[in-house]
Amino acid sequence: MQSYLYFPGCSLRTVARDFEDSARASARALGLELKEMQGWLCCGAVFPNVADNVMTNAGPNRILARARAESDTLVTLCAGCHNVLKRANLQAKRNAIKQEQINEFNEERYEGGLGVLHFLEVLRDRVGFSAIREAAKMPLRGLPVGAYYGCLLLRPFEEMKLDDPHRPSVLENLLFSIGCVPVDYPSRTECCGSFLGVGAPDAMALLSRNVVQAARSHGAKLLTVSCPLCKYNLEASQKQDPAASSSSEPLPVVYFTQLLGLALGVSPEDLRLSDTQLQTIRGSVKSTVESVSQP
Amino acid sequence: MAHQISAATVTSPLLRKVERISGQNLSLCYQCGKCSATCPLAPQMDLMPHLVIRYLQLGLEQVFDAKSYWLCATCFSCETQCPRGLDVSKVCEALRTIKLRNDLRDLKIEKPSPEMPQQGLVSAFRKLSPY
Repeated sequence: MQSYLYFPGCSLRTVARDFEDSARASARALGLELKEMQGWLCCGAVFPNVADNVMTNAGPNRILARARAESDTLVTLCAGCHNVLKRANLQAKRNAIKQEQINEFNEERYEGGLGVLHFLEVLRDRVGFSAIREAAKMPLRGLPVGAYYGCLLLRPFEEMKLDDPHRPSVLENLLFSIGCVPVDYPSRTECCGSFLGVGAPDAMALLSRNVVQAARSHGAKLLTVSCPLCKYNLEASQKQDPAASSSSEPLPVVYFTQLLGLALGVSPEDLRLSDTQLQTIRGSVKSTVESVSQP
Repeated sequence: MAHQISAATVTSPLLRKVERISGQNLSLCYQCGKCSATCPLAPQMDLMPHLVIRYLQLGLEQVFDAKSYWLCATCFSCETQCPRGLDVSKVCEALRTIKLRNDLRDLKIEKPSPEMPQQGLVSAFRKLSPY
């Protein structure tokens, strides 16, 4: 079984256990092990966006240094952690003076040499979607899913380089490979409101509702995400919206790893799918092969 | 809103300070407005993102009176659209940083839901506090 060193992050150990458990179970079903790295800590949640800040670089660089001691590749799941660790890794390569400052501050040296991969990159570039298609014993035929990318997986593009920032396709291609029908809708790379959910929840709700409404009006029966904060915002904005709750059921939000796991034959319990999520999925999966669209 | 522009405002230290902290060269901006067109928070802002830059180019301290830079969620939509390679989110972060380093009364964090992921809490403290 091929093994990848893996960084969980804070949210995945608390409110987003469904993300971590479904990812590890799906990986196992594909013959991969996600091996938890030693001595991990909070990545800081956001990459320091201003140039004169050393302290907020401490966390991600400690993580990179400790991961490098174990492996040359580090896999992440949460889009937020991925953004921070990938950019801190790139900064170490590009800015030697800053890196020296950080290393002195930390009293723990990171000098590069690690590759930071999102699990989606492992699925696309190492496993391959055709292999996933073959391994998907129970494809979710015809299930209309809105893939929601949000911001941090894709931007800043020059640093993330995970997919096209305007027309990304990695989530849609994964959905195709497990039988789903990805729904094309206009807001899939727009912001969910991010941390404004703490300081300005009304501002966040307007943005998240826009995403949910766009996906729903284009036929999505559920949304899939790669970020615990996106999931929280998309769900919370629907709970707070009296107009939406009276006219229609909330649009369920699941992690892409939960859909992947289900198609690979992992049990819904191991994927931590709720009854409502499972009902929506089962109610929308088509039994006939003819209904499947091909990319 | 009428503002007095003079030799004193356009040579004020504010512009250089924001440029130093943000790492952005604001004289590159030619006010095309693509950042404002793409910003998902722009409809809720009192000063459009391109005007935040314009105020700074002219050295107008009144930029701090706007709520726009508190609403920036750092989604980097502006950064993908700017034909001059500017990142307005870094400028907003510099404004927040300057403001908070001067006056902690601007810290605005209300009690969040217990379901809020740590990622959201830590992000909010990183973005809305000077640390």
